[in-house]
Amino acid sequence: MDAAPVSAPLLDIRDLFVRFRTDAGVVHAVNGLNLSLRRGKSLGFVGETGAGKTTAALAALQLIQSPPGEMTGEIFFEGQDVMKMTEPEKRALRGGKIAMIFQDPMSSLNPIMTVEEQIMEMVSLHSAGAGARERAREMLTLVGIRPERGKDYPHQLSGGMRQRVGIAIALACEPSLLIADEPTTALDVTIQAQVIDLIKKLQSEVRTSLLLITHDLGVVAEICDEVAIMYAGRLVEAADLRKLYKKPLHPYTQGLFDAVPRLDADPDEKLAVISGLTPDPTDLPKGCSFSPRCPNVRDLCRERSCGMREHEPGHFVDCHFPMQDRNAANRGDGQ
Amino acid sequence: MDKVVAKSGFARGNSLWRYTFIRLRRNYLAMIGLAVILVLILAAVFAERIAPYGYATQDYAMIRKPPSARHLLGTDEFGRDVLSRLIYGSRVSLQVGFIAVSIALAAGGTIGAVAGYFGGAVDNLLMRIMDVQLAIPTILLAIVISSVLGPGLFNLMIAVGITAIPRFARLMRASVLSVKNTEFIEAARAMGASHTRVILLYIMPNCMAPLIVQATINVANAILFAATLSFLGLGVQPPYPEWGGMLSAARPYLRGNAYLSVFPGLAIMITIVALNCVGDGLRDALDPKQKR
Repeated sequence: MDAAPVSAPLLDIRDLFVRFRTDAGVVHAVNGLNLSLRRGKSLGFVGETGAGKTTAALAALQLIQSPPGEMTGEIFFEGQDVMKMTEPEKRALRGGKIAMIFQDPMSSLNPIMTVEEQIMEMVSLHSAGAGARERAREMLTLVGIRPERGKDYPHQLSGGMRQRVGIAIALACEPSLLIADEPTTALDVTIQAQVIDLIKKLQSEVRTSLLLITHDLGVVAEICDEVAIMYAGRLVEAADLRKLYKKPLHPYTQGLFDAVPRLDADPDEKLAVISGLTPDPTDLPKGCSFSPRCPNVRDLCRERSCGMREHEPGHFVDCHFPMQDRNAANRGDGQ
Repeated sequence: MDKVVAKSGFARGNSLWRYTFIRLRRNYLAMIGLAVILVLILAAVFAERIAPYGYATQDYAMIRKPPSARHLLGTDEFGRDVLSRLIYGSRVSLQVGFIAVSIALAAGGTIGAVAGYFGGAVDNLLMRIMDVQLAIPTILLAIVISSVLGPGLFNLMIAVGITAIPRFARLMRASVLSVKNTEFIEAARAMGASHTRVILLYIMPNCMAPLIVQATINVANAILFAATLSFLGLGVQPPYPEWGGMLSAARPYLRGNAYLSVFPGLAIMITIVALNCVGDGLRDALDPKQKR
């Protein structure tokens, strides 16, 4: 997504690499990620476990522990490179400008602080003076929890309520970017729907941009304007929601869609899977990182990766042989 | 729903400590322990009023006499009232116990928390210093510290406190390592909290449970340790009574006047058991994850 944007993006990640030096070797978690998100938009960030989605988000917050982590590249937020910020500037950014909702509401709240205190903590870290308690109560009401429950400890709330508290904390300072890291993975389906609706509603009310990290394509379809598919630390496909869902170009994206169970499918039929496993991040394959699992793999793919290119206006893909061009490619290759 | 909430006491004004106390109250062993310690503290504070005799008042007509109506716990080799000496002795023991442990807890806890949180070179440096200290026999270390500082109650507390630092540092470090990688620490960082804030507000309070248990057991240890140093002449100077010192002084009379050793020994034992009961109760009550 290197094309010149109409308006300056809120978040612009350019050529981000994140590595971790471990005893088992260098883990290449993020490998040349380019990602941009415009103000007020919501982006679905999809990929398998271990694709580097969370690492990329933590890099945007400058929360990669170093050592063992190492980051290179540029991350512009509201025009400023967060990689070059001083520690106090980073602290003001975290929570104040970019807030995060975590995956597991059971463990992302401090067990020995009441939920009200935890919201107040966020408020008082980013704005001086009184009114933190009022703000905390306001936020609880906003996420549909009676303010009296603010005196409760996290273990006294249900999982769904805890996740709503997490949302209340994240939105308490009206951040311009909300990163939701698999906010529904740890919840059951009915609560998932509640949380999704809440995020959707609040996103429009508070007018924040949303970066939704998930592996659930259904959730993305529900909330997002744009989708980016990540594989082994880099994007393989990015487009707006409609384009990508209508016509996935990358074989990996296609595989993800095939793996979604369908209501109209034959119940006896086995669910489609993408064969193989995500590559070992300490030992990435040469060429296209998806090549060992790709059904349409060619010799070219094993030699070098294609690089992100705009296959159609607004639809980017990193593949030598995008899906709908298969026949043409067949002919070309067969000569 | 509202009624249930109000009844369970969760609805309003449940600070961590109030909440802990509510649960501590249900543990009767801990409450007995707490009562014993309160009695001891009162005895120490009001020793002049309670003690029937002065701690150094000698009665040469009553040397090494067994318990009687006049001297409830008998008299020692100088004709001093054992009960009065035990009451005055509680001052020294409790002070040494609590203050020495506070010193160790504050210093060891901070060292352990910093080492555990930052890891890497900082961790290595701090923990190796602690290891070096552990390698020196504690009694030797305490003797060195006491002889450098000179004898006396305050220096005794410092000596006992310093020798206990590594134990707290190691325990704190271990708890910090287990808490450090939980998601709520990352969440706190993502909220923009500084390292200092995360350590003080998030990590240390979540690591307190094992430390409190260790601290109460260590108060008992410190009391014993202070007694040892007193025996060696480095602690409280005679004629001021100290439980351990009384125990040592009674040793030659163990065969003929066993009560001289039994009563100070009992005093130490009761204090230690009471402290352990409170420690255990606190550990259970301080853990809000335990619902009951």
